[in-house]
Amino acid sequence: MFYRQAGISYSSYPQTRALFSLAADRRAVAILFVIALVAPLLFGPGTVSAVLTPWLIWTSAVLGLNLILGWAGQFHFGYAAIMGIGAYAAIHGTRHGLPWEMAMIAGGLCATVIGCVFAFAALRVKGLYLALSTLALQFAMDWVLSHVPAITGGTQVTLQAPPPAVLGQVLGGETSLYYIALAWCLLVTVFMLNLKRTPLGRALVAVREKDYAAAVIGVNSFRYKLVAFATSSFIGGVSGAVIVFAYYGAATPEQFAINVSIELLAMVIIGGLGSIIGSYMGAAFVLLVPGEMNQLIAWLAEMAGARLSVETLAHIPHVIYGALIIGFLLVEPLGLGRMYQNVRNYLMVWPYGHLHK
Amino acid sequence: MDFVLFAELSINGAFSGLMYSLIALGIVIIYKSSSVPNLAQGAMTMLGAYMVLAIAASTGAPLWLAVPLAMVVMFSTGMAIERLSLRRLAGQPIVMILMMTLGLEIFIRALAMAIWGAAPRRLPIGISDDPLFLGPILLNQAFIVGAAIAVALFAVTALFFRTRRGIMLRAISDDYTASWSVGISVERGIALSWALSSVIATVAGVLWGAVQGVDQSLALLLLKGVTIAVLGGLDSIGGAILAGILLGIFEAIASGFLDPVIGAGSRDLVVAATLIATIMIRPHGLFGRHDIERI
Repeated sequence: MFYRQAGISYSSYPQTRALFSLAADRRAVAILFVIALVAPLLFGPGTVSAVLTPWLIWTSAVLGLNLILGWAGQFHFGYAAIMGIGAYAAIHGTRHGLPWEMAMIAGGLCATVIGCVFAFAALRVKGLYLALSTLALQFAMDWVLSHVPAITGGTQVTLQAPPPAVLGQVLGGETSLYYIALAWCLLVTVFMLNLKRTPLGRALVAVREKDYAAAVIGVNSFRYKLVAFATSSFIGGVSGAVIVFAYYGAATPEQFAINVSIELLAMVIIGGLGSIIGSYMGAAFVLLVPGEMNQLIAWLAEMAGARLSVETLAHIPHVIYGALIIGFLLVEPLGLGRMYQNVRNYLMVWPYGHLHK
Repeated sequence: MDFVLFAELSINGAFSGLMYSLIALGIVIIYKSSSVPNLAQGAMTMLGAYMVLAIAASTGAPLWLAVPLAMVVMFSTGMAIERLSLRRLAGQPIVMILMMTLGLEIFIRALAMAIWGAAPRRLPIGISDDPLFLGPILLNQAFIVGAAIAVALFAVTALFFRTRRGIMLRAISDDYTASWSVGISVERGIALSWALSSVIATVAGVLWGAVQGVDQSLALLLLKGVTIAVLGGLDSIGGAILAGILLGIFEAIASGFLDPVIGAGSRDLVVAATLIATIMIRPHGLFGRHDIERI
């Protein structure tokens, strides 16, 4: 069909390691890139600020979490806390006169430092115990965020984020905020795409598969777990800062509570562990599907003449969200990314499916 | 240091800790038989309390009848959860299993909210709110009754593990494959453990519902249950009692003395700190089996 492997002959080693070796993939990526660039013209203003911008920012956070969960195989139940640290550090940075770009990086670095604390849990225990200890750290972070007025201004206070200023130019408007989100998301995506091809990425995969075995072949699993936590915390911290500056406009502790951590995990699982395109799909799925399904159910109930109370309607999105997690784990534990891969593999040789082993 | 305050906090803390350990007991029973850390135990506790209220409201049954009926319903609910979701994930990596129990947590909690609404409800089980005086020490009656029921339930569980079925469950927790080869139905055993822990969740839900009302916050008992289960050792039932008492005392004293200093809500911080400290210092808990990992 669209994906043809025929006619591709490698004449040098770098070619075999190309990011997109199929012409169809290259075309698709180019088209998507152009669409992403002109999206503010294609979609209405409401869609851009309410759907596209948050989707891109959540995707970059999901990619960061996927680095630790999908590539390095380490649990992280406290990713929202990491994002919160990045967000608050960046806001305080700009308020104290740091240039915006520097503040974003400072946010990422602060998150990295705290993320390394999580890493020390990972270096001692693994599996279930790592999950539980990061969960406890998330609770501790929630508490710190809501009880230390120096950071957040207290429980009930929202901390306003000043409008971002790139190179001294103050940017308002939803279009420029969209481009900030897009730039960050693309940066993370390119990093993650290339991670597979670097020694770092391969070492992380070795640690994921079996850390003792990795140690036997000379991969220092201690060091790479630390690197994985630090890198993913940096991505998470900057994503948290971007989401506050480009989407929320203000920061409150609830934006980075434990349920947000679980939502991010759900995005990773639904999208698929270790899948980049899956991270995009998973974020979109979790952000959009529960709300849309809720409207569908409300509409169906109206058609059937049943009366649903306001409270019921308010909780149905959560029911659907829980059901989505359960359903995906039962039907396709590797998520939407694997589903896409299956379709792609099928189309690759269509209509000669019997040629596939 | 004020000795009376100290004694009052620690005794009430120990009683409430025993009530917490009911949630840990549910987690331990499931973990023992199937090595699944059940993060939905809090939501199941909440569901149990709502089930009692719903049965009492729809059939007009008095509470002493509604509770056993709810236990029966929850018994089959637990079996159904295991049959429909966890059994199909056997052999998957732990991240999938944890995510499944989290998904169940979200699903059960939201479903209960969608059906019964988020407003808190009262579940009076006929314990007076008046404190009991023991010299100068004030004791909370609800906690005493709850602790007594918890101890009784632990005794019943301990006895159950000496019956034929209980021995089967112990065999399963000891060695899957060996139990299979001597003809024990491992699937049925695991389903039974889910059913049992749902019944225990119902009891915990009623007791805690009587103390703090029935609403979403019952599901938050999960963190305490998990902490106690880990502190006592994830596969140790006796450990859950002792860890419950310890955590209860620790939490009550710490919040009694810390709350005036660092503001309300230090309870959760104490619990989270206990969980982290346990995992860092002694991951297999006080009485848990220390597994040797194969390479």
